[in-house]
Amino acid sequence: MMMLHIDIEKKLGNFSLQVKTDIAGERTGIFGESGSGKSTLVHLISGLIEPDKGEIMLDGEYLFSSRKKINMAAERRRIAIVFQQAMLFPHMDVKANLMYGYKRCRPENRLIKAEALVDLLQLQPLLGRGVENLSGGEKQRVALGRAVLANPRLLLMDEPLSALDDALRFQIIPYLRSVGEKFGIPYLFISHSLTEMQLMTDHILEIKNGRSLDGTTPEQLARKRMAQSPNGYLNLLRLSSPRHEHGLLAYQWGKNSLLVSAGEPAEESLFELSSREIILFKKHPEAISARNLLECTVTEMFESDSRIGIVLSVNGEKLVAEIVRSASEELNITPGSTLFAAIKASSFRVLA
Amino acid sequence: MLLTPEDIVSIGMSMKVALTATALSLPFGFAVAWLIVFKPFKGKVLLEVFVNLPLTLPPVVIGYFLLLTLGKNGWIGHLLAASGIRIIFSWKAAVIASATVGFPLLVRSIRLGMESIDQQLIEASRSLGAHWYDTLLTIILPLSLRGILAGSSLMFARSLGEFGATIIVAGNIPGVTQTIPLAIYDYASSPSSTAMALSLCMVSVIISVVVLFLHELLSRKLHRGRA
Repeated sequence: MMMLHIDIEKKLGNFSLQVKTDIAGERTGIFGESGSGKSTLVHLISGLIEPDKGEIMLDGEYLFSSRKKINMAAERRRIAIVFQQAMLFPHMDVKANLMYGYKRCRPENRLIKAEALVDLLQLQPLLGRGVENLSGGEKQRVALGRAVLANPRLLLMDEPLSALDDALRFQIIPYLRSVGEKFGIPYLFISHSLTEMQLMTDHILEIKNGRSLDGTTPEQLARKRMAQSPNGYLNLLRLSSPRHEHGLLAYQWGKNSLLVSAGEPAEESLFELSSREIILFKKHPEAISARNLLECTVTEMFESDSRIGIVLSVNGEKLVAEIVRSASEELNITPGSTLFAAIKASSFRVLA
Repeated sequence: MLLTPEDIVSIGMSMKVALTATALSLPFGFAVAWLIVFKPFKGKVLLEVFVNLPLTLPPVVIGYFLLLTLGKNGWIGHLLAASGIRIIFSWKAAVIASATVGFPLLVRSIRLGMESIDQQLIEASRSLGAHWYDTLLTIILPLSLRGILAGSSLMFARSLGEFGATIIVAGNIPGVTQTIPLAIYDYASSPSSTAMALSLCMVSVIISVVVLFLHELLSRKLHRGRA
């Protein structure tokens, strides 16, 4: 398991970054608003800028230590970066870009081979092309491939999806995830999007105004931010086997069926559903306009400022709804209660 | 057009001096531009001022300084004389004069080329395992090619026109150090040689136009190659 110990300070003009944390695990997120210091941290870990003091240790090896006067050069750290903009070398074709890091990697470290990667990221048709006329998504796939082929010990993904539009973002995510799943490269995923965090990471280090907060998980963070976020808690639902039904699409969601007004023809799609779009009833309402009425059991409740999050189990599938405190008292909701959740077919937003 | 055999020699001399000066300056110009753009160090402003100085100084002043350093009693000339090398009043002196005067133009263009390279491309190359010299050769050099090309043609053209520093440090010796501007200067001093002077002027114009054309063509080709 990847172990990264960071205890550093860096002043840049008026901004100061102080991070002290131990990161263990293969899929870690670094979450924070823009300007919080995430990118600076990426530069410090990769060795592109030098901390004022402190130490960085990766898998027991010092990358930097002001006490021991160690500062390993960026090119020797074997930490590859996927940037927000793909940053492909414009004077090289796709193949030369892909092989840039591979050629500079010691033969004994070349565990990931080009053929396997080209297959996984579906880069075969792009190999001979110049990089300027690739689409944004293609560029980012090549950039990912280039970083992976350098056979790094750690991959830093610095907001790799921010420059892409929504539809493309969620098409790229499976590729980003596959790097960890298929090749076992641990990564730090840097982003200010909670949805991306939920899809990409298991643990999160939150950075606020240049300071690191206690470690958390995507779930905890999503719950904590439910009240402040304009969309509440975003439920991510994987729905499958769509069928046409009265002008809507009927999807399978575990043992449940959900009616959705717009979807993709794909066999499986990822949907987003805001906790604020779910209306809870104590008893079965006889007739409602919302097309989905689900009987569910309350498994857990949590507070986020003045709001109460209700974690529901719908035949084993998890759903988080959100109500105000007075509603919770009025409905007398407690863990174990049975409720009915009404969701309009138009409330689901397809991501990919 | 009237060209005497001496004129042909002067044209040849001009080309030889300008080409040699440009070729010799290129590696230094590249290195200095790289230092200024990519390396943080104390006294960078001083280096910039020093490099740009020949741009503002009268070429005669530069020629005079060069004469003082390279002459028999100058500190470099002294050393060279000891090993039997004489620079002053040879075509090599004309090369040094041209190189000094044209150097700031070369550095300026290469610098502009380097400054247009996205810093993250360099960061990407380093994080992919490239040492600084590797990054320099595989990323910075190819991506500043247009700047290098522009700087070289500017410097070549400037060298062709070099007069003030050259006449002081290399003299105006027909067949040895006489370049086109120096030959024109000779013709211009005698009223009967207007036609000869005009012919050489025409040659100057033609060479300059050809250089600028080549420069445009090459930079367009480079631009297409990248797109």
